[in-house]
Amino acid sequence: MIGGLFIYNHKGEVLISRVYRDDIGKGPFPNCFHKVGSTESYRMRNAVDAFRVNVIHARQQVRSPVTNIARTSFFHVKRSNIWLAAVTKQNVNAAMVFEFLYKMCDVMTAYFGKISEENIKNNFVLIYELLDEILDFGYPQNSETGALKTFITQTGIKSQSKEEQSQITSQVTGQIGWRREGIKYRRNELFLDVLESVNLLMSPQGQVLSAHVSGRVVMKSYLSGMPECKFGMNDKIVIDKQGKGGATEEQSIAIDDCTFHQCVRLSKFDAERSISFIPPDGECELMRYRTTKDIILPFRVIPLVREVGRTKLEVKVVIKSNFKPSLLAQKIEVRIPTPLNTSGVQVICMKGKAKYKASENAIVWKIKRMAGMKESQISAEIELLPTNDKKKWARPPISMNFEVPFAPSGLKVRYLKVFEPKLNYSDHDVIKWVRYIGRSGIYETRC
Amino acid sequence: MPAVSKGDGMRGLAVFISDIRNCKSKEAEIKRINKELANIRSKFKGDKALDGYSKKKYVCKLLFIFLLGHDIDFGHMEAVNLLSSNKYTEKQIGYLFISVLVNSNSELIRLINNAIKNDLSSRNPTFMCLALHCIANVGSREMAEAFAGEIPRILVAGDTMDSVKQSAALCLLRLYKASPDLVLMGEWTSRVVHLLNDQHMGVVTAAISLITCLSSKNPDEFKTCVSLAVSRLSRIVSSASTDLQDYTYYFVPAPWLSCKLLRLLQCYPPPEDGAVKGRLVECLETILNKAQEPPKSKKVQHSNAKNAILFEAISLIIHYDSEPNLLVRACNQLGQFLQHRETNLRYLALESMCTLASSEFSHEAVKTHIETVINALKTERDVSVRQRAADLLYAMCDRSNAKQIVAEMLSYLETADYSIREEMVLKVAILAEKYAVDYSWYVDTILNLIRIAGDYVSEEVWYRVIQIVINRDDVQGYAAKTVFEALQAPACHENMVKVGGYILGEFGNLIAGDPRSSPLVQFNLLHSKFHLCSVPTRALLLSAYIKFINLFPETKATIQEVLRSDSQIRNSDVELQQRAVEYLKLSSIASTDVLATVLEEMPPFPERESSILAKLKKKKGPGAVSVELEDGKERGELNGGGDRGGDAAIAASNASTPSPSADLLGLRSTAPVSGTTPSAGSLLVDVFSEAGPSATSAGVNDDGFLSSAPPTVASEDPAPPLPESDELLNKFVCKNNGVLFENQLLQIGIKSEYRQNLGRMYLFYGNKTSVQFVSFNTTVSCPGELQSQLNVQTKTVEPLVEGGAQVQQVINIECLTDFIDAPLLNIKFRYGGALQNISLKLPVTINKFFQPTEMAAADFFQRWKQLSQPQQEAQKIFKASHGMDTEVLKAKLLGLGTALLENVDPNPENYVCAGVIQTKAQQVGCLLRLEPNAQAQPGEQMYRLTLRSSKDTVSQRVCDLLAEQF
Repeated sequence: MIGGLFIYNHKGEVLISRVYRDDIGKGPFPNCFHKVGSTESYRMRNAVDAFRVNVIHARQQVRSPVTNIARTSFFHVKRSNIWLAAVTKQNVNAAMVFEFLYKMCDVMTAYFGKISEENIKNNFVLIYELLDEILDFGYPQNSETGALKTFITQTGIKSQSKEEQSQITSQVTGQIGWRREGIKYRRNELFLDVLESVNLLMSPQGQVLSAHVSGRVVMKSYLSGMPECKFGMNDKIVIDKQGKGGATEEQSIAIDDCTFHQCVRLSKFDAERSISFIPPDGECELMRYRTTKDIILPFRVIPLVREVGRTKLEVKVVIKSNFKPSLLAQKIEVRIPTPLNTSGVQVICMKGKAKYKASENAIVWKIKRMAGMKESQISAEIELLPTNDKKKWARPPISMNFEVPFAPSGLKVRYLKVFEPKLNYSDHDVIKWVRYIGRSGIYETRC
Repeated sequence: MPAVSKGDGMRGLAVFISDIRNCKSKEAEIKRINKELANIRSKFKGDKALDGYSKKKYVCKLLFIFLLGHDIDFGHMEAVNLLSSNKYTEKQIGYLFISVLVNSNSELIRLINNAIKNDLSSRNPTFMCLALHCIANVGSREMAEAFAGEIPRILVAGDTMDSVKQSAALCLLRLYKASPDLVLMGEWTSRVVHLLNDQHMGVVTAAISLITCLSSKNPDEFKTCVSLAVSRLSRIVSSASTDLQDYTYYFVPAPWLSCKLLRLLQCYPPPEDGAVKGRLVECLETILNKAQEPPKSKKVQHSNAKNAILFEAISLIIHYDSEPNLLVRACNQLGQFLQHRETNLRYLALESMCTLASSEFSHEAVKTHIETVINALKTERDVSVRQRAADLLYAMCDRSNAKQIVAEMLSYLETADYSIREEMVLKVAILAEKYAVDYSWYVDTILNLIRIAGDYVSEEVWYRVIQIVINRDDVQGYAAKTVFEALQAPACHENMVKVGGYILGEFGNLIAGDPRSSPLVQFNLLHSKFHLCSVPTRALLLSAYIKFINLFPETKATIQEVLRSDSQIRNSDVELQQRAVEYLKLSSIASTDVLATVLEEMPPFPERESSILAKLKKKKGPGAVSVELEDGKERGELNGGGDRGGDAAIAASNASTPSPSADLLGLRSTAPVSGTTPSAGSLLVDVFSEAGPSATSAGVNDDGFLSSAPPTVASEDPAPPLPESDELLNKFVCKNNGVLFENQLLQIGIKSEYRQNLGRMYLFYGNKTSVQFVSFNTTVSCPGELQSQLNVQTKTVEPLVEGGAQVQQVINIECLTDFIDAPLLNIKFRYGGALQNISLKLPVTINKFFQPTEMAAADFFQRWKQLSQPQQEAQKIFKASHGMDTEVLKAKLLGLGTALLENVDPNPENYVCAGVIQTKAQQVGCLLRLEPNAQAQPGEQMYRLTLRSSKDTVSQRVCDLLAEQF
């Protein structure tokens, strides 16, 4: 179980520190010159320092999110310049700890927006209040933002009536802790976003070395009462099951693995592969999934690098869009790394804007919009400064960013049915919106 | 330094640095640096020429980026270009970049060296300095190869500026330290020494560092620096504080230079030249005097500078170790510091005193501070100071204060820092042993030691107690009693149990008479500790038990019961099991006699160097120095002292198996004895007793043995005089010529003549073989008090004696006063590689200096009566060993050197003689009367010999000598 939670700024100063268990900080930690004291604060400082010295200020950048120092485990995530570290001395489920940390980030974002040093300092009391609620003796508790917001507010304590209080109690401790009763909307509305990020590593010859899509379905619901929802998609298993008599022309996809929001009834999913749930009010992430097969790669990058003597380099990059011509890709950015001894760059491109960014050692080529089945090209001449080093340039891969209005995994929402037996609105009365957004994750091509 | 021109501010650099400092995160910093690097790269691209200013600026930025920890792989060329600039700032930045970033890569090094060469040969002193600093900063082999020849020339050239000389000296020092083989000595060395006379103090300070380093490697080349250094020092010391302007630091004239001069002098022995030495002593005295003056400033810098000089001076005094006056003064000065409130001063004072204590002149003076030091040990808050105090106590310990110091160290041990406990334990053990007056005190101390700090008591320490207890009959009973009492404590350290087991096993019988420590009580006491001990200790206890069976037959049943129990006889440890089985069998099968033989008391150990000392020597640490000093002093004359420690340890580990039968069975793999015969018990004794001829005399606790070893004998001790040499001596009492000694190799003939108190003796050494004697060497020594009684002078003989040849040696003897012993003649030579060593007594006896005196009967009897006091007379009645031939007797009496007086005694058969023994100090008159009873049977003929002389010792001696003759 989590023994403590610390939030550091980029300098390694502790902004938030919450200790749930005494066992952490018993050290002795290497590189920490604090006297091993007997008092509580000493111990805590020990663990705090150990993380700062060995991870934040480590001589070599620490890449592993889990660090073991003196039999104590530190799990950390980094949000911009802020480090969140969960500390434990026990053998915990690492996935659980990270899930908690992500949730923690989500909760904080929901409360005060971007996680930054200033925001954390400003919401100092709130964060401690949240930590008290979502972690108890190191065990994660309710981390549903919607539920939390009902009783942890930023506006100070309003003297809630007895009824309200008891309602909150019954909700939080009840079976459906994420939704309160008696919600009413004039217009029952529902938004469904399928957000995917596609990751790729491709060889210079165009061979896919690795590719996968990680996607999530985010639902924003404004529904009255306690509606029972049912969600359907083109999951291969479900399609195959019904496939015998149903329409077969629909593409089905193989989902490698998926996780659901706590509202989804897992027993039903296991038995019938049907996704049924009572959604929390407002926004929630309904499911997360990953696919590796039959991915539609929205762009193809064809690099061509030629070294002309010791002081010159010629680079030509072609990108091809590979989707329906009617669709438009946006925010396209190609990043072409340049050698470390670059002394000057000339770029010619037909579309968009390209610029040599010295601070990042790369040529950045930006295109606002691009339709499907098109192609575009950039060529650059890079001048090099002769150096003493005989080290050869490592040729890092060319990376790419984009946004496309379809799901590269091929996932389709087949239906989302809403039943509310107590109130008088039916599935047809609900206004539903579905949107697909495919983004680039790490989308790289070697050159 | 040239004035900084307006454009040299390098605003771009300042902006860049402030940008970097304002970066919020590491990523931002890297971005900024990448941008800057790209900018610099585009500037260095080469198509447009950069002016010196921007070149300098960009090189500076690169340097800054490098110092932030990023790799720089370009810009070297530009930096080298800067070297050839004529502007100081540009050159400086160039050199800075080179010295920070240069790595030994090919073509650049050549360019750099070229630039440096140009600067060195330029007349501009600042440029020369820059170049020298660069060489020193890089200090690589390549640099040394290129410039090791050039720099000495700059250093000693007459027209070099002072500042350049200073730099050159330090640069050369650096090169010499880095690669001493490349800096060749030459004619410049003698001129470097004369830099000590330079007008400029800075040059002197720099040069002296160089000279100190050089002279420590080749002291002979720089010998001349001593007198120069002394005169320089005396000039500084005697100068008023205002004389040296820039070099006066808080009213102390040139403290750094003074310290360095004093340190340089420590490389050499005291100057032989009396004038120089006098001047130096004067300086040292002045420094000591100055320490007594009231401080001129309250600032800490003032006292620091003053004390620095003082401490260097004291170390020089200690180094010379020849001025008792100075040593005592130094000691007193340090004594004042012992109570100073500055911790550092106390530390330094204690440290210096440690070395002072080992000097014979100041040892007594150091001892006067014992109370302060003990106080420091008790109350000092800093552990390192306490450690020094303990070291000093060890160093100042001698017989007079040993008890006090050992007691203090023991009490300190209880609270001592863990890191130094083992060392402390060893020191206490050594002191207790070395200065033990009575052995019960020693035993008490060591047992206390084990009780207080058992964990830190190493094997050697308790081996040593046992060795000493075994070798000393007088403490055995006491030791047994003390150990028995110590074991009564509920919790004993294991070492205590070991000592207890061993001693009770050997000497338990000595205290068995007391009902409170009856055998069974003893056994039960030991056995109560048995189960808490480790395997080796249990093994030792088992051996003690079997010894008990021998000592106290009444315990046999109990002990056999113990041995028979499963926990022994089926012990999982092989050693224990085997012992249990064997001891059980031994006790049940062997008869009492056999048991008594096998389990006899351990024979005494041969005396050897204490193994503890060897152990302490091994322990590192600052305290070890003084130990070594002392040790070298004391043990230097012992044969092969170094290796003895190990031997002793083995012997001692052997001894930890009290029963010889254990070794008989070959249980101990480490034991050197693996005898298989039943007599191994005695074999073990042999092994212990054959420790070497000289070791037997070396009693560890006998301080006398150190001085008794004759200092002239380096490696081979003289053989003890031949047993028959006394007989030989008697042969020559009444004659002066003859063959003194003869064996199959050598014949020694003797011819001597005496006049008054002088004698001359001719010795003829004849080589009876056909092979030559090599390294033939004879020495005549007068043992003991004879040295003051006889004056013997010998001429040396040829070291080579050919086969069949004879060599002659003349010995002149002067009798100073009457004597008893005869001088020893020691002859050493190699015959066919084997060393021959013969010791004889030279036939020089007191009677040789007789002057015969004729006198009438009345005269004789008057004098006889005058010498009537009982101590003046010596009388002996003895059996005749030869016939009573009158003529022979007369010849012998004449040969004695006295005058035979006829017709004096009324009885004509009696012989009466008179003579005067001539010595340088006095003349001793001597009257003799010999009365034979000739009528008796030939087998029972007796003599009565009466001698009267004015000196009792003479009467006795002559009487003794003469009695052997008839």
